[in-house]
This record gives sequence, C-alpha cells and structure tokens, in this order.
Amino acid sequence: MSTEVAYLTWRQRHHSTIRAVRLYARTFARNSSAMFGLFLVMLIVITAIIAPWIVPYPEDAIGAVHLDLKLMPPSWDHWFGTDEVGNDVFTRVIMGTRITLQIACTVTGIAILIGVPLGMIAGYTGGYTQEVIMRITDIFLGVPGLILAIAIVGALGPGIINAMLALSLVWWPGYVRLVQAKTLSIKNDIYVQAAQSMGAKRLRIVFVHILPNCSSPIIVKASMDMGMSILGAASLGFLGLGAQPPEPEWGSMISIARNYLPDWWWYSFFPGLAIFLTVMGFNLLGDGLRDILDPQHRE
Amino acid sequence: MTDQPLLSIRDFSLDFDTFDGVYHAIDDVNIDLHTGEALGIVGETGCGKSVTAKSILQLLPSPPARVTSGEIWLDGENFLTLDAKSIQKKRGIDVSMIFQDPMTYLNPVFTIGQQLVDVILAHQRLKPVGNRINKAAAKTRAMELLERVRLPNPERQFDSYPHELSGGMRQRILIAQALSGHPKILIADEPTTALDVTIQAQILDLIKDLINELGLSVVLITHDLGVVASICTRVVIMYAGQVVEDASVNEIFDNPKHPYTKGLLAAVPHPTQRASTLTGIPGNLPNLLDPPSGCRFRERCPLVREKCSERPRWTTLSDYHGIACWEFSESKHA
Amino acid sequence: MLWFVAKRCILMVAMLLGLLVITFSISHIAPGDPAALAAGPDASKEMIELIRKEYGLDKSLPEQFYIYLKALLSGNWGKSIHTTHEVWDDLVEYFPATVELVIFSIFITVIFGVPLGVLSAVKQNTRLDHAIRTITVAGVAMPMFWLGLMGQLFFALKLGWFPLGGRINMMTDPPNAVTHFILIDSLIAGEFGTFFEAMHHIILPAFALSFPALASIIRVNRAEMLETLKQDYIVNARAQGLSTYRIVVHYALKNAMLPTMAMIGLRFGWMLGGTVLVETVFDWPGIGLYAVGAAIDSDFEPIMGATIVLGFFFMLANLIIDLTYAGLDPRVREQI
Repeated sequence: MSTEVAYLTWRQRHHSTIRAVRLYARTFARNSSAMFGLFLVMLIVITAIIAPWIVPYPEDAIGAVHLDLKLMPPSWDHWFGTDEVGNDVFTRVIMGTRITLQIACTVTGIAILIGVPLGMIAGYTGGYTQEVIMRITDIFLGVPGLILAIAIVGALGPGIINAMLALSLVWWPGYVRLVQAKTLSIKNDIYVQAAQSMGAKRLRIVFVHILPNCSSPIIVKASMDMGMSILGAASLGFLGLGAQPPEPEWGSMISIARNYLPDWWWYSFFPGLAIFLTVMGFNLLGDGLRDILDPQHRE
Repeated sequence: MTDQPLLSIRDFSLDFDTFDGVYHAIDDVNIDLHTGEALGIVGETGCGKSVTAKSILQLLPSPPARVTSGEIWLDGENFLTLDAKSIQKKRGIDVSMIFQDPMTYLNPVFTIGQQLVDVILAHQRLKPVGNRINKAAAKTRAMELLERVRLPNPERQFDSYPHELSGGMRQRILIAQALSGHPKILIADEPTTALDVTIQAQILDLIKDLINELGLSVVLITHDLGVVASICTRVVIMYAGQVVEDASVNEIFDNPKHPYTKGLLAAVPHPTQRASTLTGIPGNLPNLLDPPSGCRFRERCPLVREKCSERPRWTTLSDYHGIACWEFSESKHA
Repeated sequence: MLWFVAKRCILMVAMLLGLLVITFSISHIAPGDPAALAAGPDASKEMIELIRKEYGLDKSLPEQFYIYLKALLSGNWGKSIHTTHEVWDDLVEYFPATVELVIFSIFITVIFGVPLGVLSAVKQNTRLDHAIRTITVAGVAMPMFWLGLMGQLFFALKLGWFPLGGRINMMTDPPNAVTHFILIDSLIAGEFGTFFEAMHHIILPAFALSFPALASIIRVNRAEMLETLKQDYIVNARAQGLSTYRIVVHYALKNAMLPTMAMIGLRFGWMLGGTVLVETVFDWPGIGLYAVGAAIDSDFEPIMGATIVLGFFFMLANLIIDLTYAGLDPRVREQI
C-alpha cells in the first residue's frame, strides 16, 4: 500500500472559513442600510487620508486669516461658505475628518486595550478578582459618561490629549462588562473544558479559545462606539474642553459658529452635518455587522 | 361510521414560501373527526400533523404559510375562508388547542391565575354586555376549572408564576384555558412529549375523563404509539404531508396494511424482545422542496412499483379502515 | 421582594461611596500642587506648608479621603471661584432647573417612544414602519447640541414659534417656589399664563435633549416587540381567542418592556450628560451650565460637586428602574 500523503491545498484546508466569510459578505451586501453605512464610513476614511491633497484652501485649516473674505455664504468658490476669519468652511470640515477619526480610533482603541483584557481576566479567573474588577466597572458606569469626561478634563485642563484620555476612561468599563459576560458563558463550554483536561496552559486557552469567540460582540460594539465617541469628542469640543482653535475640530467649530446664528447659518450647519453623517455611518455599519455576526438579531 | 363528521378536512394542501424555495408541506389531506371520537394523528416529526392542526384555527403565520387548496368544515362553515375577526371568535369557543411544551406556551411574567382569568374574560367579550360576568366571577370560574383539571392546591397556585410549577401542572393549566370556552373539539398537539412518563399517564387519564365527562371530541397529535394505544379510538397515519392510512385503533395495531404503518409498528422495540439490532425503515425523509410525485413514501417502500409515481386512489377496505396505496386498490373494489 | 429592595438600596450606598472615591481621585490628578495653588503666587515656603497642614494635605491618602467625606457630609462642598458662592448653595439653586428639564424629557421619551415602537413593530415593513425607522436611524446619530442649535435656528429665529432660551421670560415673575419646578409651581399657584410660558420655553430644549433617546427607545422597543410576538406564549394566547389588541398591549408589551427599560436607564445617563450641552445652547440655568462655566475656568470644586450630584441622580434613577424591572419580571426577584 502506498504511503503517499495527500497534501490539501490552502483552499481546501480553509474551506469552512472561506465559506463562512462568503456567507457573511453575501448577507451583508443584501442589507442596504448596512451597505450605506459602509459607504459613509469608507467615504470618511478615504477623505481623511487624502484630505491634505483635495482641500481647496489648505492654509485655512491651520489658521490663516483673510478678514476680507469673512462670513461669506456658500458659493462656487467656497462650497460651505467662510467663517469669521475668512477661512473656507469646507476645507476645515474636510481636514476635521482627520482629527475626528484620530480621536475615535484612539479612544476606542485604548478602551479595548484596557477593557478587553480586564474583562477576560474577570470572567475567567472569577472569585475575588472578578468581584473587584466588576465593582469598579459598575461604579464607573454609574456616572453619566459626559459628566465624568468633563470632570476629568476639568481637572487636567482643556486640550485634545486630555479629552482623549478622559473619553477613554469613560469608555473602557463597557468592554469589561461585555467581555466578562461572554467569557463566563464560554468558560463553561465543552471545548474549553476539553482543552483544560488536555493540560493547555491558561494563557493559551484565553488566546486560542476565548478571545476569538468574544471577537464578534467586540467588533460590533467597537463600531457603535466609534460613532458614540465622535459624539463625545464633538461635545467636549463644543464646550471648549476638547480640541482648541484653530484646530478644525467639528465640535469646537460649532461652538464659535453659534455666535453667528442665524444670519451666517452655514458655519454651524455644515460641521454638524459632518458629525451627523459620520456617526450615522458607523451606527449603520455596526447594525449591519451585528446582523451578520449575531444571528439571533436577524429579523 | 355513517353519521356526519363533526370536523371535516377536505383536499387540504398547504405550502410554505421559504428562502430556499417552496416547501410543499401538506398534500391533499382528508381527515374527518366524528362526535365523541378521540382521533390520533400519528407520524414522524415533520410529517405535517402539527401544521394541519394549527391550520384549523389559522394559527400559522401567513406569509410564509399559504393554503393552496381545500376546505375545513365545522358546523357548516369553512374555517379556512373566515376572516381574522371571525376566526378569533371561534378560537377557544368551538375549537380549542393545547400545545407541546407548557413552559414556553405560558407567559413568564404573568401569574397562571391571571392568564386563566384573561382567557375567560376574553371569551366573555364575545357576549353582549349585559350577559358578561365580572372579574370576581371569572376568578371563581377559573378556580373551578383548575379543580376540574385536578391541579393540586388551586388557591395557592393561582398566584404562582409558570416557572414555579412543574411540567405536569403547567400542562393542566393549558388544558384549563382550553376548556374555559366550552369547546366542542380539543386539539392536543403532542401534549405529553415534553413530560415524564408518569406525568404523561396522568395527563392522558385526565383527557380521557374529560372526553367522558364533557362529551369532548379530541384530536390527539403524537408520534408515540403508546399514547395512541391508551386513549385513541381512531388513528390517522401521516407521512411527509400525506395521509397514508386511516383506521380504528384496533385495526391499526392488529391489522396494519400500509407498508409505512407496518414499518412504524415494527420499529417500536418490544420490552421483552432480545433482538441484537433495532428495526428501522431504510432511507430518509424526502425533501419537501422537491418531493417525489405521487406517493411520497415510494422511495423507501418495499412494495414499490411504477404506478406509485401516480397518487394512489383512496381505498376503503372496510367501515373502519381506509388506505392510500396501490397495493390495495387494485385487488379490492372500493 | 422587600429583601430585594433593601439589597439594592445598600448596593446604591456602596456605589455612591465608590463615586466619591472617583471624584476624590480626579481632584488629585489635577496638575500642580494644591497647597501652592491655594496659597497664591506670592506665598513663601512656610506659608505653603502651613496651608498644607491646615487642609490636611500632608496626611496619607485614606486620611485625606476621610476628611473629604466628612466635609461633604457637613455641607462643605468648597467654594466656586467664578460665582464666589459656596458650591453647595450654587448646586441647590441650579439643581431644580436641570431636574425639571430631564424629567420632562424622559417623559417625552417614554410617552412617545414606547407606543411608536409598538406601532412600528405591529405594522412591520409598511411605509409607516420604514418612515419611523429612517427617522430613528437619523435620531441616534444626531449631536444634541447641533439639534438644539438647528432647532433654535428654525423654530425660534426663523419661524418665531418658540423662545430662544431660558426657563421663562426675563420680565415674568416666577411663581412661589414650592417644588422649585416652574411648571408645577405655576399650576399650584393658578398662574396659567406663567405655566404656558414655561411650557413654551421648555419644549425646544426638551426636544433636543430627548430626541436621540427617543429614537433609541423606539428602536429597542420595536425589536423587542418583534421578538416577543414570535414567542410560543403569544401563539397560545391567540389560540385561546384573545384579541390582537389585548395580545399586543397587555401581553407582549410587558415582556418587551424589560429590555426597553434597560435602554431607558442607559439613555437617562446620556441625557444627564446632555444637559451640559443643551443648557449651554438654551441658556437653561441648571447644573450643566454651571459645570461648564466652572470647567472652562478650571474651577474644579463646582465640577466635582456637579459630578457628585448628577452621579447620585443617575444612580437613583437606575435604582428605580431596577426596582420596576423586578416588579415586572418575577424571575429577577430571585436573583441577587
């Protein structure tokens, strides 16, 4: 009898994964609002990447002053009009996508980096450690988020770095709760017990078995959080506690624009519209991801 | 039986419009229920017995379910053509239904007493305002019903929640609800499948007594031949959405004719039998998205022949025994 | 049930303590030496040390926390630099306006949100459902302050239907302060003109504050109703002859409300945070406005005070929601 071993191609070995991915993609594509969300998000991301090269008046983003052009309504030269120092609002809104995405990614990233490991430790270890971690989490979640962020920024002083720090501190507890609950339910599943009985080290179990199964809810929550953290950052900016002028952050732009209502409405309107579309994009994307990753929510 | 049937399902066919295509769940089913009968509808999971029963009261969600032909007659009315308001008036009053898993069929956030009273009051609303009973009277009636279904300690259980009771007790409450409108017909959809064997026996005894005390006619849907043997007077065997045999309970057990029925009976292990292998029926259920034409059992039937791809004509072997099988329709005259 | 209530109350006290630990920690992460700040720029080293001793800043952290607790409990919440009043007095003055606004907004959210969610579920996939869903998708993405500003732009400035800000007109005398809620006090005093004026003033800010929450509640309630209506016990209810109205409103709604209440709790928190934004836009004299004014000047005794008050208010609301939840769902009462 021949002892030749048949080598499976890469495709054959990963057949089930490929099939799952194709199923996801197909389900997602059928969902028109999710596709719209994806479109918006990609639009924002691409805009942020190519922003410096597409804006008509790049110097306006860093605080040039053209008082002769001040407060002009939307026109072909200035699609979104100009602000009180003559800067092109369109340019500032476009450049603002960079700051916005930067803040969203940083805040969500830090929150995940702190929250997910803590959640897994709490869920897996149980006992006293779990109690302590969960109680601290509960206390943080007992304070309204924006208030806590304002308190932290109030103590540290206004500025974009402090705003990001404050928002991260507000967001990490959400992940702890999510991951702890999921870890608890996975921990008792058969395959984890099987791995344990074979002597797998705890770290290996955590990374190989538990983490991949938590990834779906984490991805969904992260997508929603991108939107929410943008709202948070814009809110802090609006209150003067976040990014400071002349940084083209949408929230801080609106706080100044407020003084020029109603006659020069475009100055408040367009940055707000940008916030709205960006958040909506991430929300729709998150909804779509949840529909494919969490079948129980499918209608 | 020569008297007019109480409930008559005629030429009934139903499809489901699913994502993967049209699922031909029920194909040309004819079933009669006579007054005072305990009719058993028997078949494997997925044979359409539950779907047929739920169709009587229009309980199937209407997309995706779609009736393609047939009528269901009761008291001179075709229940399939009744509109939503009219069928609602029939539910619980002319025909009542109880279901398989009493845990999921009772609302977890209301007490069982409240749920029973709600049903009683709902039936009252069909009467003119002057004839309705009030809440207190409804509660009394609820207590009477709980006693009738032999629920232990009805006063205390009245304020209990479903999760605080055992399976047998919950099933009694479903029966109490079903009886509250004084129906003529009770449809029991696998009422004992989710219960322990000893409780099963109690519930079946209860149903038997109710038939005698109240003159109920019962349709009992089950896959368990033991249940059939204990209380049914007549049995209908279904396979893959078709009725294959229809006989009195004695005829079915002593003199089964249809190959599927025979296979079903042979598959039940005998307690003192010392066989080394269990007898099954070879093959698998047909895919109802694309079912075989004619007799749907033909791909697994030991007696299959060419004619079976044509739907067998219904043959009445005797007053108590009917069958759908070409094997029996050519050698006998109908 | 009583035992459950007691347990939850004790838990809340513990959470409050935790909140105070957090506010205490935050005030200690502020850059700079608090003693030096308190002493002023010209103080000598000895002066700074004296002040350090006086404020107990030389003691260990747990001891300082104890001093902090004692001060709070005795009503000494510090002094506000920019209003020059005691923080406690300021909070007492500004608190009712915020509570009135928030409660009014929650009212709108629940009164409109729950029925619209039910309607959307019962009429699933009809044009009405699609219209409602489109609006709710937009609603949760809407920045509250932008919504407030646009509301001012259209309804106040362009159309003149509503006033621009404040609780009542500057020239109007507020009614006798019984509850400190102008809406209620004016009714008690029989001053209907004032009542309508106050109502007129509260609508736009409440709308801005509640709209994202309203959208969220409609979405959750709709999803939960759809889930619930698929359940077996609904099939049974229909089989027993209950009418669609009773099934939806009496049966299914109670089950669907449970997760909806959880969302109401969550959104309440965002609303409290949102008062900061909405009060700023509408010049509403509440704690939010007060806290923002303090934050910009880095005057943080008021900020800490506001955080504690709003945090406490949120915990209280969560307690009420938890208790209502347990009242609705008997299975919860047996959990810890």
